[in-house]
Amino acid sequence: MFRRSELDHRPSVQIFVDGAAVAAREGDTVSAALLASGRDVRRLTAVSGAPRLPYCMMGVCFDCLVTIDGVGNRQGCLVPVAEGMQVELQKGKREIGR
Amino acid sequence: MPRKYGGEYDVAVVGGGLLGSAIAWGLGRLGKTVAVLDEGDIAKRASRANFALVWVQSKGLGMPAYTGWTVRASQAWPKLAAALQQQTGLDVCLQQNGGFHLTLGDDEFAQRGQLVTRMHNQVGAADYRMEMMSASDVKKALPLIGPEVSGGSFCPFDGHVNSLRTFRAFHAGFKAFGIDYFPERPVSAITRNDSEFRLTTPGGEIRSEKVVLAAGNANQALAPMVGLFAPMGPTRGQIVVTERTMPFLPHPLTTIRQTDEGTVMIGDSKEDELDDRVLKHPISGVMADRAQRMFPHLARLNVVRSWAGIRVMPQDGFPIYDQSEAHPGAFVACCHSGVTLASNHAFDVARMVAGGALEPELVGAFSASRFGCEGATNNSGY
Amino acid sequence: MTMPRRDAYDVVVIGAGPAGLAAATTAAEAGLSTLLLDENAGPGGQVFRAIAATPVTDRKQLGADYWVGADLVQALRATSAEVIHRATVWSLDRNLEIGVSIGGASAFVKARRVILATGALERPFPIPGWTLPGVMTAGAAQTMLKASALVPDGRTVIAGQGPLLWLLAAQILRLGGRIDRILDTTERRNYFAALPHAFAFLTSPYFAKGLALMREVRAKVPVVSGVSELVAAGDGQLATVSYVAGGRRETMYADLLLLHQGVVPNVNLAMAAGVEHRWDEMQLCWSPVLDADGHSSVAGIAIAGDGAGIGGAGAAVVRGRIAARAAVEALAPASAAKLAQMAALRADLAHAERGRVFLDSLFRPAVQFRIPSGDTIVCRCEEVTAKDVLDSVAIGATGPNQLKAYRRTGMGPCQGRLCGLTVTELMAEARAKTPQEIGYYRLRAPVKPITLAELASVPSTEDDVKAVVRG
Repeated sequence: MFRRSELDHRPSVQIFVDGAAVAAREGDTVSAALLASGRDVRRLTAVSGAPRLPYCMMGVCFDCLVTIDGVGNRQGCLVPVAEGMQVELQKGKREIGR
Repeated sequence: MPRKYGGEYDVAVVGGGLLGSAIAWGLGRLGKTVAVLDEGDIAKRASRANFALVWVQSKGLGMPAYTGWTVRASQAWPKLAAALQQQTGLDVCLQQNGGFHLTLGDDEFAQRGQLVTRMHNQVGAADYRMEMMSASDVKKALPLIGPEVSGGSFCPFDGHVNSLRTFRAFHAGFKAFGIDYFPERPVSAITRNDSEFRLTTPGGEIRSEKVVLAAGNANQALAPMVGLFAPMGPTRGQIVVTERTMPFLPHPLTTIRQTDEGTVMIGDSKEDELDDRVLKHPISGVMADRAQRMFPHLARLNVVRSWAGIRVMPQDGFPIYDQSEAHPGAFVACCHSGVTLASNHAFDVARMVAGGALEPELVGAFSASRFGCEGATNNSGY
Repeated sequence: MTMPRRDAYDVVVIGAGPAGLAAATTAAEAGLSTLLLDENAGPGGQVFRAIAATPVTDRKQLGADYWVGADLVQALRATSAEVIHRATVWSLDRNLEIGVSIGGASAFVKARRVILATGALERPFPIPGWTLPGVMTAGAAQTMLKASALVPDGRTVIAGQGPLLWLLAAQILRLGGRIDRILDTTERRNYFAALPHAFAFLTSPYFAKGLALMREVRAKVPVVSGVSELVAAGDGQLATVSYVAGGRRETMYADLLLLHQGVVPNVNLAMAAGVEHRWDEMQLCWSPVLDADGHSSVAGIAIAGDGAGIGGAGAAVVRGRIAARAAVEALAPASAAKLAQMAALRADLAHAERGRVFLDSLFRPAVQFRIPSGDTIVCRCEEVTAKDVLDSVAIGATGPNQLKAYRRTGMGPCQGRLCGLTVTELMAEARAKTPQEIGYYRLRAPVKPITLAELASVPSTEDDVKAVVRG
């Protein structure tokens, strides 16, 4: 859906998406890294279980919700990636304590 | 055009919140022609700010009749839920598997124990098997409680419901019963002319044979227009609600419940402040702090909203049901627990209004005559 | 995480877009203690997104208008203003107390003046299928382009109208991205409505730039004008885009659909603070009621930038300076002398706003793209459809708040940002009322979610505890 421009020379950052290593770039948000990864990164909504992807990328729509380092329902479009970050796609409602 | 606009109704119900809606729905069920007069989109609506408990425990200290009335309501709720579902297809998600009041620390546990003893010792109150439980017994039912929980009280009759869906179901039911619902029509005056009441609203006059005042705290001003008395003492409460989460809480608590949608509601303060637009974060903070001490897993959940609502509160905390001697056919109904008592309002109070007289054996104790001229205090323990 | 260094400031500016950058710079230059709080990782807001970090460093690619932002950032950095990023303001009240979440912990700061520069968000575009994965806003694509040099790769359709759409298309093409078709939804009659305002536009800064962009894009991408119907479809993922233009229906395969029909003020924080807003019939959105200095109905709160009514980045900068200058005049009148004169600023604003009426008239979104019907989702969070809303009106909902009680619209995490305007307009149409009469959701803190632990950490008194613990 998206690819990186060859102009982009930022250093690489490795994150893990559902356990699999994904190459991101320094300064990417989690949502941008997911959309650039080429993987199926759809989440399922808490209401009906419908699949969604980020819609606004600017922090207002909450369709980018994702579990980051064990904490659920983070806005992936507002959180920059960090080396070794563990990202999990959410399927339905967040689990309590996560 | 509304069917009977400008004509006459069997009953005009003033107030379209949970209380007025339940009575109106019940009257419609009995085949009466009913007009419901309501305010608009912005109003102090307790029906949109409630905690949705169908609650028995600790109700009625100081007035045994209220205990009986509450137990009756709890027992009639399944019938109401079934009737609403059959009529409207809406499941109000009634759950009545018992509820807890949790305590933090030894002092709160001892205090709660004293309350339970006082309730048990009250002569003439219905026995509703409220009992104290140790923390380890509570943990069997609520495995996620935190170490600071010292125990609590449990009552097997307690439960909760989706109150907003109940509200919607009543309003959807109006259509099926042919009840005329008039929003944006607050009543400013009521007069009686021969055998009918005339209600002044911004949209014109409504005439009816009977009138039921169910306008919450506004009943205080409306009641004298038809020879009734409804001393009110509203308070404010704040509620905090989280995002949806997987089911974790199998029973409702007095201050924490998980809705059928998955959100967690955390209540509830009692403040003298009567402005419902301003929030006091320190008070929400205390509520949040207690909630996370009761269930440490809640700490990381996101709060998505908080709000303040104005409670409908008769001056002594107990319901008022009364009929006018000067103006037969005029009734007043006020109560704090509009969710819990909705079943009684839909079945019992509607039947009484339709029949033209309150039934003293059921609601005689709730006449406003109890206020006399003495100052009342709020001790209902809602 | 950096927390605010003080617990009280002369001026707190919220949002580091064009208005916020300018306001904070002006206030700090005059010697006022100034705190700038911003939700993003770096300065720039949306229009200057990632201005200090973008990998797209060839200035021609994002355009001169973008790089104006770099000067604003440089000017701010030359002052003593305290700047905190990744700081989410979740509460603002009439006492000018601000609750801000930073790194999972909350702090409260007091301000003598608050300048809200919370900017705009893209107008909801509720067409059938707009919740499907693969449907995004044009602004979202632009954010990824600016911040991460990401460009559309698969079959890509851009649909809608407005200057941003053409700018985005040009930027995507310059970076080697793919656009298969542009579907222009501008109504033909808008050209006539806009005509009386054309002179102001022709002499405005927008005109030449806009024309050049359109020419650049049209040379490379097929553009379909007069699109009057738009449907995204697919099973769990966007597969096709159907549209009607000139009476003909076309369906094309697509992997990505980018939607845009203008921007509207982001009102949540201002409304939660109690700032009075009015329906703007020209811009079809809620705008705060402000005086010439940007002062709102709440004493001490001013609003600058697109949050004050859409005016674009140039106007936002000037409005930021005006609001800050007014704060300086009130708090430290002697220091105002070193700032640009108010009269000069007002002249700058008039110049920057030139052509706006033309743009508003030309790009007024069509009713069918604002007011959906049937099964089209209105509230994305709670998944409530247009039919659900209309059914609620039929049983007595008179406005958005009663609708919440019936259907939970606006009760999800976005707190009405993506459904509020649609709900107001849909209910207004159904009830034959004006949007002003219908009103808006009553918004309250937290305007963005915070954890329960954060809320629990708010300091409380014995009385607060007593209000909660009672037998």
